[in-house]
Amino acid sequence: MEFFISTLLFGISVGGQYALIAIGYTMVYGILRLINFAHGDVFMVAGLLGIYLSASFPLYVAMPLVIILTVALGFCIERVAYKPLRSAPRMSVMISAIGVSYLLQNTATYVTGGQPMIYPTLPFLSDTITVAGTSIKWVVVLTPILVVVLVILLTQLINRTKVGMAMRAVAKDFETSQLMGIKINSVISTTFIIGSALAAVGSMLYFTNYSSVVPTVGSMPGLKAFVAAVFGGIGSIPGAVIGAFLIGICENFVKILPFEGATTFVDAFTFALLIIILVFKPTGLFGEKATDKV
Amino acid sequence: MIQEKRSKRGALLGLAASILVLVLVIVLENTLAPTSQLFVVLKKGAVYSLVAVSMNLVNGFTGLFSLGQAGFMLLGAYTYAILTVPVSAKDTVYYLFGGSAVKFSLPDLFGGVDTPTGLILGVLLAIILGGCVAAFFAWLIGLPVLRLKSDYLAIATLGFAEIIRAIFQWQALGPITNGANMITQIPTFNNFNITDESGKVVFRLSAFFPMLIMIICVALIVMLINSSYGRAFKAIREDEIAAEAMGINLAKHKMLSFVISSFFSGVGGALFAMFANNAQAKVYTSTMTYEILLIVVIGGIGSISGSVLSTFLYVACSEWWLRGLDMGSFLGIKLGLFRNGFRMVVFSVVIMIVVLFFRQGIMGNKEITDLLKPRKKTKEVAK
Repeated sequence: MEFFISTLLFGISVGGQYALIAIGYTMVYGILRLINFAHGDVFMVAGLLGIYLSASFPLYVAMPLVIILTVALGFCIERVAYKPLRSAPRMSVMISAIGVSYLLQNTATYVTGGQPMIYPTLPFLSDTITVAGTSIKWVVVLTPILVVVLVILLTQLINRTKVGMAMRAVAKDFETSQLMGIKINSVISTTFIIGSALAAVGSMLYFTNYSSVVPTVGSMPGLKAFVAAVFGGIGSIPGAVIGAFLIGICENFVKILPFEGATTFVDAFTFALLIIILVFKPTGLFGEKATDKV
Repeated sequence: MIQEKRSKRGALLGLAASILVLVLVIVLENTLAPTSQLFVVLKKGAVYSLVAVSMNLVNGFTGLFSLGQAGFMLLGAYTYAILTVPVSAKDTVYYLFGGSAVKFSLPDLFGGVDTPTGLILGVLLAIILGGCVAAFFAWLIGLPVLRLKSDYLAIATLGFAEIIRAIFQWQALGPITNGANMITQIPTFNNFNITDESGKVVFRLSAFFPMLIMIICVALIVMLINSSYGRAFKAIREDEIAAEAMGINLAKHKMLSFVISSFFSGVGGALFAMFANNAQAKVYTSTMTYEILLIVVIGGIGSISGSVLSTFLYVACSEWWLRGLDMGSFLGIKLGLFRNGFRMVVFSVVIMIVVLFFRQGIMGNKEITDLLKPRKKTKEVAK
C-alpha cells in the first residue's frame, strides 16, 4: 500500500512536470500549428543554466535569472528560426524546429564536454517529508499544487485579458485576426515567452528529482509532453495538463509492473498510447474537431 | 517522345557514372593506404545515402512526413545480425543468455563466411530479409497511421521507432536480440576483402561492396520514381484531394511508398550494422532520424542525386574534413575554441542557415542529369 501511494505521488509529480512543458507545446501548436521540437531542448538548456548560474550566484538570484534567460532563448528561437518561415509550408517550419533542437543539443554537448552535470539541490524542495508512511521530497508534493495554480492563472490570462483574447483569435484564424488589427508577431512572441517560462519552472522541479543533466535529457520529456498535449486535445491547456498527469501516473505504474524488464517499456508505453489515441480519437480528450476545406 | 529520350540519356549517363565510380573505388582502395579516412567516408556515405534516398522517397516524393527511419534501420540491422552470427560464435555472443534461440546462420548454410558462396549468398540474403522485415513492420504500422496528417504522422512514426527500440532492448527477448547488449562477430565489409591462404589481403573490396549495393538500390528507387507509381506519388505530394479526384488510390499508393521506403531503410540498416561491426539498439535513436532528415533537406527535398551528394558531403565533413575542429587545429589555425564537440556546433549552424535561407537545398527538386546539357562533359561523379 505504501509502495502504491509513493508510486502514485511520484507519478503525479512527474506528470506535473510534464504538464509545465506540455503547456508550451499546446499553446504553440494551437497558434502556429507547429510541433516545436526545440521545446524539450529549451527545457534542457534551462537545466544547464540552473547549474552554471547557481555556481556563480546565490540561488535567489540564480533561479529568477534562469527563468529570464530561458525566456530570452525562447523568444530568440521564435524570432530567428520560425518567424522568417511564416509563409513557408508547415513542413519547413518543422524541419527548422528540428534544426534548432539539433543546434541546442550540439551546443550543449560542446559546452558541457558531453559529461553529465549535476543539478544543485534546491533548499526546501529537496527536503524530505513523510506522507502515509513513505518519505518523499517536498517537490513531489509541491509540483501538482504549483501546476494547478499556474494553470488557473494562465486560463484567467487567456479568458479574461486582451492578450488572451488576441491569442484565442489568432489560434482560430491566423489571417482574419491579422485583418482585425491584431499584431500576430507580438502574440506569438508572448506565447513563446509563456511557454519558455513554464519550461524553466518545470526544469527546476524535474531536475530536483532527476539531478543528472545531459544534452539529450530534454528530448524524452519533450516528446512525452507533446504526447500529453495530443492526449488532452492539442490547443487546450486544461487538456494538456490532465493528459500530462495521466501519462506521468501511468508511466510510473508501468515501471513497477510485475514482469522482467518492465522499465524498458516506460517510454514505449507513452508512444503506444499516442498511436492509439491518434488512430481512435485524433482530437484528444478536449480537442476541437477540425475539418478540411478543399 | 523528347521526355523519353531525355530519360534514356539520363539512365545511360547514370549507368556510366555508376560504373566509373565503382571502378574508381576499386582502384583507390587497392592503391591508397587502407587506413585513409576516405574509405570510412565511402562506406558510411554509401549506407547513409541509401537511407537518405529512401527517406526522400517517402518525405520528398510522396509528401508523407515520416520520422520512423531509425526504427526501420534498427529492424534491418537486427535481422541481419541475428541471421549472420556464425554458429560457432553464438555461445560467446549470447553468453548472458546461454546461447541463441536462432540455431542456424545464413552464411553457414551456404558453406561458411570464409567461402565466397557462403559469404555472398548468406550476406545478401540476410540483407534482403532485413529489408523485408522492415517492410513488413512498415505495413503493419502503416495500416493505422498512414491516415494521419503531416505532423501527426511524423510524431506517430517517431513514436513507433521508439517502441521498436524498447522492444529490442527487452531482456526477455535476450536469446534472440541479445537484450541491451550488442550483437557482434557478424560478417562486415572487411570480409569482402580477398585474402590468400596466410590471411594476407590481396585485393580489397570492402568499400566496393556497400557502394555497389547502394547504387543498385538507388537505381531501383529512381526507376520506381520514373514509373507511373512515381508519378502517382508526386501527384499525392502536390495535392492529395486533386490526386484522389484523378483516380489515384491514396491509401494504396501511400502504403506502397511507405513500405518500399522502409524496405530500403531496412537494407540500409543492415549495411549500417556491417559498417559498425555490430548491431545495438541504443544507436538507432530519433537523433539518427533527424540527422538523416537534415541530410535530405540539405540535398533538396525531392532530389535523389541531391540526397546522395549531400550525404557524401555531410559524411566527409563530419568524419574527415572538419575533424580538425575537434582536435584543436583547423586549416593551420589553432584556437582554444576548437575542442571536442565544436565540429557539430559548426555543423548545426550551417544546417540552420541552409534551412532558413536556402530552403531549396543543393539541388532543389532537380536531378544532376537535368543540369547536364547534351554536349557538356560529366563533371559530378557522385551519382
